[in-house]
Amino acid sequence: MSALPPYSSNLQVTWYYAFRVICGLIFFFLIFPILVIMPLSFNAEDFFTFTPKMLALDPEGYSVKHYVDFFTNPDWQQALWNSVTIAPVATILATTFGTVAAIGLSQSHVPFKSVIMALLISPMIVPLIISAAGMYFFYSRIGLQGTYWGVVLAHAALGTPFVIITVTATLVGFDRSLTRASASLGADPVTTFFKVQMPLIIPGVVSGALFAFITSFDEVVVVLFLGSASYKTLPWQMFTGLREQISPTILAVATLMVAISIVLLTVLELLRRRSERLRGMTPG
Amino acid sequence: MKLKHMLLAAAASVAFTGPVISEDLPECENCADELTVVSWGGAYQASQVNAYSNPYAEMTGTKFIYDESSNEAVAKLRAMNEAGNITWDLVDVEGPDAVRLCDEGLAMEVDIDEILAPASDGTPASEDFGESLISPCFIPQIVFSTTFGYRTDVEAWNGAVPTSVCDIFDLEKFPGKRALEKRPKKNIEWALLCDGVAKADLYDVMETDEGIDQALAKLGTIKDETIWWSAGADTPQLLADGEIVMGSTYNGRLFSVIEEQNQPVAMLWDYQVFDFDGWIIPAGLPEERLNRVKNFLYFATDTQRLADQAKYISYGPARASSAPLVGKHAELGIEMGPHMPTDPANMGNIIVNNIDWWSSYSDDVDAKFQAWLAK
Amino acid sequence: MSSTTTTQTGLPSDGVMRAADGTPLKRSLARALRREKLRSFLLILPLLAFITITFIAPIADMLFRSVENGMVEETIPRTVEALKSWDATSGELPDEAVFEAFHADFVEAFKNKTHTRLGLRLNYEQPGMSGLFRKSGRRATNLEPPYKEGFIDIDEDWGALETWQVIKRASPPLTDGYFLAAVDAERTADGIQMKPEKERIYLFLFWRTLFLSIVITLSCLVLGYPIAYLLANLPLRTSNVLMILVLLPFWTSLLVRTSAWKVLLQQQGVINDTLVWIGLIDDAHRLTMINNQTGTIIAMTHILLPFMILPLFSVMKTISPSYVRAAKSLGANDWTAFWRVYFPQSVPGIGAGAILVFILAIGYYITPELVGGTSGIFISNRIAYHISTSLNWGLAAALGAILLGLVMLLFYVYDRIVGIDNVKLG
Repeated sequence: MSALPPYSSNLQVTWYYAFRVICGLIFFFLIFPILVIMPLSFNAEDFFTFTPKMLALDPEGYSVKHYVDFFTNPDWQQALWNSVTIAPVATILATTFGTVAAIGLSQSHVPFKSVIMALLISPMIVPLIISAAGMYFFYSRIGLQGTYWGVVLAHAALGTPFVIITVTATLVGFDRSLTRASASLGADPVTTFFKVQMPLIIPGVVSGALFAFITSFDEVVVVLFLGSASYKTLPWQMFTGLREQISPTILAVATLMVAISIVLLTVLELLRRRSERLRGMTPG
Repeated sequence: MKLKHMLLAAAASVAFTGPVISEDLPECENCADELTVVSWGGAYQASQVNAYSNPYAEMTGTKFIYDESSNEAVAKLRAMNEAGNITWDLVDVEGPDAVRLCDEGLAMEVDIDEILAPASDGTPASEDFGESLISPCFIPQIVFSTTFGYRTDVEAWNGAVPTSVCDIFDLEKFPGKRALEKRPKKNIEWALLCDGVAKADLYDVMETDEGIDQALAKLGTIKDETIWWSAGADTPQLLADGEIVMGSTYNGRLFSVIEEQNQPVAMLWDYQVFDFDGWIIPAGLPEERLNRVKNFLYFATDTQRLADQAKYISYGPARASSAPLVGKHAELGIEMGPHMPTDPANMGNIIVNNIDWWSSYSDDVDAKFQAWLAK
Repeated sequence: MSSTTTTQTGLPSDGVMRAADGTPLKRSLARALRREKLRSFLLILPLLAFITITFIAPIADMLFRSVENGMVEETIPRTVEALKSWDATSGELPDEAVFEAFHADFVEAFKNKTHTRLGLRLNYEQPGMSGLFRKSGRRATNLEPPYKEGFIDIDEDWGALETWQVIKRASPPLTDGYFLAAVDAERTADGIQMKPEKERIYLFLFWRTLFLSIVITLSCLVLGYPIAYLLANLPLRTSNVLMILVLLPFWTSLLVRTSAWKVLLQQQGVINDTLVWIGLIDDAHRLTMINNQTGTIIAMTHILLPFMILPLFSVMKTISPSYVRAAKSLGANDWTAFWRVYFPQSVPGIGAGAILVFILAIGYYITPELVGGTSGIFISNRIAYHISTSLNWGLAAALGAILLGLVMLLFYVYDRIVGIDNVKLG
C-alpha cells in the first residue's frame, strides 16, 4: 500500500488513486460535520444556516455574540458550572475504584474472572436508556433522584469500565519479573507498587480518567432522567436547546467542546507514546 | 399611563430598605424565606417572573428559585413522592397534568375561596375562575389555545390563505409541508370535524374504534406531508425557517413569531383548542413552606396580577374579572386584547380540551396513534 | 498449621516436597494461591460493591418493576379476597358480598386518595377505568346497602362483567401484563391473545430497531473497512496523523455531532442549499433527509463509525504483509490476494467492530429523538416516552427488560468471538 510499484498496470494505478479518493471522501464525511459548525457559530443572525452575508465573507455577517451569550447567560453558566463540579468528582471516584480493581483483575488467579469482568464493564454495554431507566426508578426509591450525588454516582458507574479497560491494557504488557526483582531487592509490596508498578500504569490510569471525565462531561441520557434543573449539565442544556429554543449558542458551545476534545486528544496521544516508550515498545 | 404608574410604584417600593407589605396582602406568619417554583422556562416563565414573583419578592424579600421542569412535572413529582423528599413548592402545569397529579394524590386539594382573593367587586374566587376550575387541586392562571399558524408568502397558494381548520387537510389548494403534534390529542378532533362529524358528537364517535380509524384515515391523507413536533418551539422555528407552510402550536408562541420576530406568518384561529394552565401545590409540604406558597398565591392570582401577565405574553387570564384590565404589550406597546385566544373575534369556533375523556382513553388511543404513525 | 516432621537436611524423607518453613510444598503453594486469590478479590471488592449498588441494583429493580403489581392487593385487599371465590367465566356478576367488600375498600381508598391511583393502574388493562374510579369518588363512599345496586346506579360500568374480570385479573401481586403489552399481546377473558393489528406497535418497533441497527452496522462496515485498511498499511507517521481524523469525531460530544447533522440535512440546510446552488435540484424540490429514517441512518453511521474503525484497525495491524506478498508471488492477482488471503484474516476485526456497533446502535436514544422524526425512532424512544410522558413505568421496564435481554445475548456472542478482556479503546 505504501507506494505504488513501478511495474503497476493501468488498472492498478487507477485503483490505487480511486481507493485514496474513496478514503478521502470517507474522511471528509467523518470530519466535515464537525468543521461546518465552527463558522456557523460565528453567525451574526439567529439562524442555523449560512446567511448570504456569511457566504460573501462579509465581516458583518460574522459576530461573536453567541459566545458572549454563552459566557453571560445564567442558564449556560449554571450548566457549565454544574458540569465542572460533577465531572471531576465522578472521574475521581471512577478512577480510584477502577484502577484498584484493574490491578486485582490482572493477578493470575482470580476466581470467576469472566463473570466479574462482565459485571464490571456492564455499564458500558447496557444501553444508556436502560441504565437511565433503572437508575431513575431505583434512585427515586432511595432519594437520590434529582440530587448532586445521584448524578455523580451514576456518572462514576458509567465511567469505571473505561478505567478498567485502559488500566488492564497497560497491565497486560506488564513484566512480572519487575515486581519480583523489586521484592528480591528488599522492597515491601507497597513500595513496589508505588515505585515500580505505578509509573508504568500511570498512562493507563490517566487515559482511563480522561475517558471517565468525557463520559460524564458528555453524558446526556442519564442526566436527563436523574438530574433536576438545579443540576443540569452542559449536555442537558444543549439537548433542551436543540428541542426548545434553537439558537446558535449551541453551536458556540459545540465549537468550544470540540476545542476541549482536541486538547484532551493531544494529551492522550502524548501519554500513549510515553507508555509505550516506558514499556520498551516502539513509539507508535 | 398605567405602565408609567406601575413603574413609579415599583421604583418607590425598591426605595424602601426593608420588606414592604402591600395593604391588601396579608402578612405571612411562620413562612419560609425561599420559594422553589417550577415552570416552563422561556417567554412564559419570564412573564410570570415579571408579573408575579419580582413584585412579590420586592414586597416580602422572598428568594425565588425557578426550576424549568414543568414538562416532566408529573414524572418527577412521582419520583420525589417515592423518595419522600419533596423539593418543589409550587408547580405550573397544564390542566390534564393537574388532573393526573390530583388523581395520583401527588397534588394538594385546595379550597379556592379560602386561599385566593375575591375579585375587586367581591365576587368569590370560585365564581370568578368559573369553568377553569377543572380539578380540586388546580389553581388556574391562564387560558391558552393550540391553533394554527401559516406562512403568508407561499407562492404556490396563488394568494389564497387558509380560513378554516379543514384547509390543513386540503393539499390541492394549500400544498406544502405541515406540522402537527406527535400526539393524538387535538389532531383526532380536528380530523373528525373535517371529516363531517358534528362537534356535539365528537367524543361519542371517538369512543368507538371506528371513530379513531376514521380520524386516522383522515390524517392519513396528509401524513406524507406532515412533520410531527413534540416541543412547543418546533412549529415556530419550522415556520420561520420555511421548512413548513402551516402548523399547529400554542398561540403565545405564534404571537412571538409574528409580532416580536416579525416573520411572515399569520394566525388561523378556527377551531382553536382551549386548555388551562395553572398552579398545583405538591402534597405533603411542611407547614412553613406551605404558608409561604399560600401567601404568594394569594398575591399572584389576584385580578390585577393575572391581567399584568398578559402584558408579556398573549395568553388570556383565567379570571373573568381580569379581562377588562388587559392592556398593552410591555415592550411593543400593541393592544393585547385582539391577540388573546379569548377575544370574541377569535372565538368563532372553539373546542375545549376534554380532559375527562382523554384521561380515560389516552393510553389506548395513543397506542393506536403511535402504531399508525410508526408505519 | 503444619505439623509434619522434617529432617535436618530438608530432604523429603517421606517423598513430600517441602517449602523452606517445612510445610509441604503443595500445601504451601495452595496457601500462596489462596492468599493471592484473596488479595485480588479484596482489590476488586470495592468496585464490585460500588457497581452493584449504583448500577446492578437499579437494573435489577427495573426488572422487578416490570412484573410488580402489589398495588391492587394493597388498595382493595377485601375485594381481592372476596373475588377469589367468584368464577369470572360464569357470566354472572359477583354477588353482594364482593360489592360490600369493595365498598369497604373504596371508603378507605378514598380517604387515602388512592382510589384514583388504582383507577390509573387498571386503566392500563381496560380504558375507561380511571374515569370510572374518579367519577365514583365521593358518591360511592356515601352508599348504603345494597351496595350492588348502589354502585351500578352511580355508573352502569360497575354492572359490566368486564369491569370485574379486569379487577380479578389484575389482583395477583405479580403480573405478566406489562410483558404481554410489550410484545403487543393482552390477556383477555379467553386467555392470551395478540392485540388487534392496528394497535400493535412494539414488535414492529423492536423489528425496526434491529433492522436500522443492521443497516447502520453495514454502512459503518462499508465505510470503516477501507479507512482501517488504509491506516493499517500506511507508514506510522502518516497513519498517526490520519488517525486524528477518526479520533476527533470519536471524542466530540454526541450532541454536537447530532446538531451538526441537523444543520447539514434540513431542507433549508447546508447540503440542500449547496445542491440548489450548483443546480442539481431546483428550489421547490429540496431533498427530505431529516426527520425520517435517512436522517437517523446518516447521523448514527457517522457517530458510530469510529467504533468500527478502531477494532478493525487493531486487527489489521497484526496481519503481516508477507502473506499477501507470498500470495502475489505465487501468481495471485491483487483482488485474489486480498479476498483469499487478507480478508479472511481481518474477519475477527469485522466481527468485533460489527457487534460493538450493533450493541451501541440498538440502544440509541438521543440521535433518533432529534433527527429521526416518526419513521426513524427506536424502541428506546418509546421507553423514554413511557417513563416521562405516559408514566406507564411498568411497561417501560418490561420493554427495557426485553431490550436488555437482546443486548445480553449479543454481548455473549461478542465475548465468544472477541473476549471481553480484549476490548480496546483509542
